Amino acid sequence: MKPSRLARLLLLVVVLSLAACHREGALPWRLTNVSGHMPDLKFQLTDDAGKPVTGEDYRGKVVLLYFGYTHCPDVCPLTLAHLHAVLQRVGPSADGARILFVSVDPARDTPAIMHAYVNAFDKRAVGLTGTPHAIEALSKRYRSAFTREPDKGDGQYEVSHSSAIYLFDRQGRARLLATPATPQDDLVHDLYLLLKTGD
Amino acid sequence: MRPSPLSLLLAGLLCVGTAHAGEAAHVHAVGAWIRVLPGALPAGGYVTLRNDGDQPAVLTGASSPAYGSVMLHQSSTETGMGRMRMVDRLEVPAHGQVALSPGGYHLMLMDAAGLVQPGQTVRVSLRFADGSTLATDFLAKPANAL
Repeated sequence: MKPSRLARLLLLVVVLSLAACHREGALPWRLTNVSGHMPDLKFQLTDDAGKPVTGEDYRGKVVLLYFGYTHCPDVCPLTLAHLHAVLQRVGPSADGARILFVSVDPARDTPAIMHAYVNAFDKRAVGLTGTPHAIEALSKRYRSAFTREPDKGDGQYEVSHSSAIYLFDRQGRARLLATPATPQDDLVHDLYLLLKTGD
Repeated sequence: MRPSPLSLLLAGLLCVGTAHAGEAAHVHAVGAWIRVLPGALPAGGYVTLRNDGDQPAVLTGASSPAYGSVMLHQSSTETGMGRMRMVDRLEVPAHGQVALSPGGYHLMLMDAAGLVQPGQTVRVSLRFADGSTLATDFLAKPANAL
């Protein structure tokens, strides 16, 4: 048996035994548990198909929320590549999850650019952009921050931004917090649990 | 106009530099790759540099015919903020190595001359402090490569 299958089977055993206890509060999360400490998923933005969307549109899905921008050549792609690997490892149930990649650079990140960008990582990733006001509102809601750095003279600039990954359950409740340094195993473990418990 | 003593000194130092094999001659590039992003978006370049010389080699920049500009950068996610800063010089210690890897030091390749496809190799010239260069083939990989 492949190690990944064995890991999945072990997870299933853990989940089933926990489900039998009916004590969700005792779930053995490995990521930082923020349940009850952060507001529900709420925003008014535009998806990468150019369609207006709100947080309500993602109810029923487990959401991984991450702020970034497409002109970021290193940390953003690394984080999205990791999240893609996490979804692959979780297996078919990861189709119940969505990566929401919110641009902190709406001046350059059009829906078309966002579409090409997120789909280069994972088909379950959605690129969200919007008015500076709407993006700032979402960022502030989760105590996130971003700053446009000074122009390098050729019209190019970087955007420094919070690197946290926020996990929401199927009801849109903020549950867990990860960082780019979080071990992939821990993300796989908790995402699997979150997908199972929210059914 | 007579050349200043400083310019003579610099010219002399340059001669010394070129008289030797150069820093690049002692450096080996291993596992060079580029993360290709869609369209005209800047790409990250990664490589491990090993120096088998008795002197440190100092990487000061890079260029490539495939890209309009190549810059040496360092990412950090200290205090939870993702940031990038320009790096002027990166020392490869004598008989040591330094890694340009995702989330740390990297090359930022901008203004691609044409579409770079995963599977292609891209020639990048790594430039050292003494002016010597190391031509290195970087393998283009898909965006979600780890």
